[in-house]
Amino acid sequence: MSVPEQLRYSEEHEWVSGLGGEDGIVTVGITAHAADALGEIVYIELQPSEGDTVEAGEPCGEVESTKSVSDLYSPVSGEITAINSAVVDEPKVINDDPYGEGWIFKVRISEEPGDLLDSVAYDKLIEES
Amino acid sequence: MSADPTAKNAKQTPLHDVHQDLGANLVDFAGYLMPLRYKSETAEHEAVRTGAGLFDLSHMGEIFLSGPGAGAALDFALVGNLSPMPVGKARYTMICAPDGGVLDDLIVYRLENETWMVVANAANAAVVRDALTDRVAGFEAEVEDRSDAYALIALQGPRAQQILEGFTDAPVAGLKYYAILAGRVAGLDALIARTGYTGEDGFEVFVAASDAVALWRALAGVEGVVPAGLAARDSLRLEAGMPLYGNELTAETSPFEAGLGRVVKLDKAVDFVGKAALAEQAKTPPGRRLVGLVARGRRAPRKGYQVVTSGGTPCGVVTSGAPSPTLGKPIAMAYLDSGVEGTDLAVDVRGRPEPVDVVDLPFYKRS
Repeated sequence: MSVPEQLRYSEEHEWVSGLGGEDGIVTVGITAHAADALGEIVYIELQPSEGDTVEAGEPCGEVESTKSVSDLYSPVSGEITAINSAVVDEPKVINDDPYGEGWIFKVRISEEPGDLLDSVAYDKLIEES
Repeated sequence: MSADPTAKNAKQTPLHDVHQDLGANLVDFAGYLMPLRYKSETAEHEAVRTGAGLFDLSHMGEIFLSGPGAGAALDFALVGNLSPMPVGKARYTMICAPDGGVLDDLIVYRLENETWMVVANAANAAVVRDALTDRVAGFEAEVEDRSDAYALIALQGPRAQQILEGFTDAPVAGLKYYAILAGRVAGLDALIARTGYTGEDGFEVFVAASDAVALWRALAGVEGVVPAGLAARDSLRLEAGMPLYGNELTAETSPFEAGLGRVVKLDKAVDFVGKAALAEQAKTPPGRRLVGLVARGRRAPRKGYQVVTSGGTPCGVVTSGAPSPTLGKPIAMAYLDSGVEGTDLAVDVRGRPEPVDVVDLPFYKRS
């Protein structure tokens, strides 16, 4: 299972794309590794709505699969600018396309994220887990 | 995904290479490396409900009892009344401890007049074998654990009979539920049982371990037969309201609170292990009862979560819970304390009460 090189990762298995963009808006999802470990995702609950702020490392929702459930953490701090209603309606999209159609929310970041992992470091993390 | 670190010492079934070739997600289950899912567990679940699914159950224990006293030995060792059962039939039963606690739930098949096969859960196979060995000591019977010699492949779903008929001349159409016959399947010597753990029609086929791959490849080669893993097996049995040892049944559970008092044959003519304790339990209503729960919301009750009243008072515990693919909402089995009304209940799902309705089991019954 390949880890896309262009993304950054949290230790809680979220990915972030679009860092360094001019608008400061990044996209967040969960990794293929996390989706695979959870199994088929049947329900996603996001506590914040659009316009709410999230804190890096704080839980902001739940991802529930047929076999288990896991907290969702925001890997960055900032304001939620969009929530992917398509995955809320049909969470299995996250299993099918975790890095594409399965994105979960977008955040206008309020500070540069500190300790995100690059693809090599994340790959190492999941190899060791 | 890296392998489960606990899986290093896990045994492999004879179908291990087949599972790997299929890209299965393999996990340690009861000491065996087993497929949790191949692709989508929901698709595997639905295949069993609407067509046919194929399961590797080679981790299950096959323990043989033989000899002129084997039937009497089983009557003493188990809670059921097995000796009157005709050859070719099967029965769901249990082995209990002297204190009445459930050591395992079992299916017992009478293969020949003096030959019986006891199928035990993988996690309990050694306990069952040892208990049977102890308990048959005074009888003309021998216990032989043949778990490693046998592979077990289940073909489950409404298409199962039609598919199996394509591989055997054995009269499987006339084989009744909870019955077994010897025959050849795909040219291989087999024991064909009409049993299962899915709530659908289906068969469990026992073959020599060395024949497992050939049997699997034959059945899996049929259009529409979907390999199914333990995740689907669990959601299927939960919908069917079937207990799982370790969840609904444990050594601390009595058969009566699990709603399985009917399998305890207190009126059989002979003494059996656990009889005194079970007879005592049967006199009074159990302190808790097993019920079905359907969640109104989408957050699923899970094993170990508390059932609470509208006032927040704990009044039971969830034993199994998951989103039901067939019902489209979360379902659970739970023990409710006696005297608790089955209304206005919730399950504490990670700190938040989620309303649930108490329903009769099973959640799903095939039409």
